[in-house]
Parts: sequence; structure tokens; C-alpha cells
Amino acid sequence: MARVVVDVMLKPEILDPQGQAVQRALPRLGFEGIADVRQGKRFELEVEGPVDDAALARIHEMAETFLANTVIEDFTVRVES
Amino acid sequence: MTARVGVITFPGTLDDRDTQRAVRIAGLEPVPLWHRDKDLKQVDAVVLPGGFSYGDYLRAGAISRFSPVMETVIDQAKAGMPVLGICNGFQVLTETHLLPGAMLRNNHLHFICRDQKLRVENAATAWTADYAAGQEISVPLKNIDGRYVADEHTLDELEAEGRVVFRYLDGNPNGSLRDIAGVTNAAGNVVGLMPHPEHAVEPNVGTGRTDGLGFFTSLLKKLVNA
Repeated sequence: MARVVVDVMLKPEILDPQGQAVQRALPRLGFEGIADVRQGKRFELEVEGPVDDAALARIHEMAETFLANTVIEDFTVRVES
Repeated sequence: MTARVGVITFPGTLDDRDTQRAVRIAGLEPVPLWHRDKDLKQVDAVVLPGGFSYGDYLRAGAISRFSPVMETVIDQAKAGMPVLGICNGFQVLTETHLLPGAMLRNNHLHFICRDQKLRVENAATAWTADYAAGQEISVPLKNIDGRYVADEHTLDELEAEGRVVFRYLDGNPNGSLRDIAGVTNAAGNVVGLMPHPEHAVEPNVGTGRTDGLGFFTSLLKKLVNA
């Protein structure tokens, strides 16, 4: 079975307080030099059958209607070999 | 004959019973609806109550949006039926795109629970006609995903069209843009807000204020006395 990865991230202009909380904790833990952190979601889809253009188009539609809310989030779809 | 108001229960809904009670106290007939019901049992209006529908997995309101009952609610809302979304219900309404914008985690990342002062900005919707524009009310607020966001263009449009229905007063509890606590669609039949009017309808319960009752009496006037 092929794996398709959908990454969902808040749009750059949307405040990400979860990412900021992680970023602020880093110096305390001894990790210096990280100017910014943004937190997203990764979906790993195990796809039955071939991942052809039609399958990818369906996954794109799924990401656009359900996995991401395009009012606030961007997403990318890629096949992982 | 009084009007029938459907109150939807999703798995994880918490405030359905309080909402049914508020509907009854206002003189309307509450009709419990289940998330699998495609048939709305001939109700005249629908309330989507607060809670954590489908566990708020993925995003608050995102999975509920695809429930069988919502297919019918979306069609009926577009046809003019009054729909009120409270808290999680507001999140469902933004996910359906019946209302613009989206709800995100509070800017301080904490769950917040307090009495919240609001200004009624628009008293012309199906759910606010019993208030006066500019009136200040106080109702409970309790959420962690209450930060209202939309792009600048949408916010400007909402302001210009008077579609910001409620604004937070005395401090913004969650980082909502432009202090927005509730909005309506262009037709004024669909309203969503984060605070909980259904928890402020009885003088002997909670804060003792009944500031939330106006939502349901507004609807009664629209449906029965119109």
C-alpha cells in the first residue's frame, strides 16, 4: 500500500499560541537559537490500490473539505515512497 | 400552538438539556434531535448547543459538520429557518460555512469560565429582536477554542453590514479579532456566539441573571406573534 502524507499548517498570518508556547520553552531547556515555532498536523493515509492522478485528486478534495479548514489553514499533499 | 425548536445532540454535546429548558421557559416547545436524524421533525428553528461534539477531534465542530442532521440543517438554514449556534454550535456553523470565519484555541491557551459582559450590536436578527442595539448583557462563557478569526476583508465586510451581533466588553477573553463574540449571516436567521445565553434564563440558578432569555423570547416573537 502506498502512503500519502497530508501536512496541514495554520496560515502564516494566523496567530499560533501553541507554537509560541513551545518556542518560549526552548531556551529554558537549553535549546538556543530558535527564532520561531509553528505547530501543524500531519496525516498519514495508507491508500488501497494505485495512487494515480484520480486517487490524488480525491485526497486533495478530502484535504480541502475535511482535513484542513482553508479559512485558517494551508495544506500540502505528497506521496511518500 | 407554539413554535417547535429542535435542539441537536451530537455525541459529546453537554448543554442540550439546559438549552431545551431555556426554550421551554421562553414558552416554546423543545424537540430533541439526534445527530443521525436526517428528518428535523417539522421544527420551526434549530439550536446547536455547546459541548465537545465528536470529542472536538480534528477541529472543534469539524466532524459534526458532516453528520446526517447537519445536511438538513444546512439546507433549511439557507432557506431561512432560524438557527442558533452556541459555543460548540458556533464552531459547527463556521465549519459549515453558514457563518464566516473560524474558531481557534484561545490566545492564552487556557480554558476560561466566567461571567462575560457583552454588547448587543445587532438587535435585528431572529435571535436578538428582544434586545436593544447597544444593550449590555452578562452571560456565562466557558471554552478553550473561542478565538474568532477571519481575514481582514471578511471582518471589514461584517462590520460594514452590521453582522457583528455581539462584542466582548471589559476585556477580550480569548483573543477574538475585533472583540467579536458572535456574528450572523447576511439574512439574519443564522446566529452564532461563544458565550452561553441558555445558562442565564432563571433568577434562582447560577448568577441569578436572566440576560440570556431574550434569545429565546426573540425567537418566540418572530415565529408565533409575527
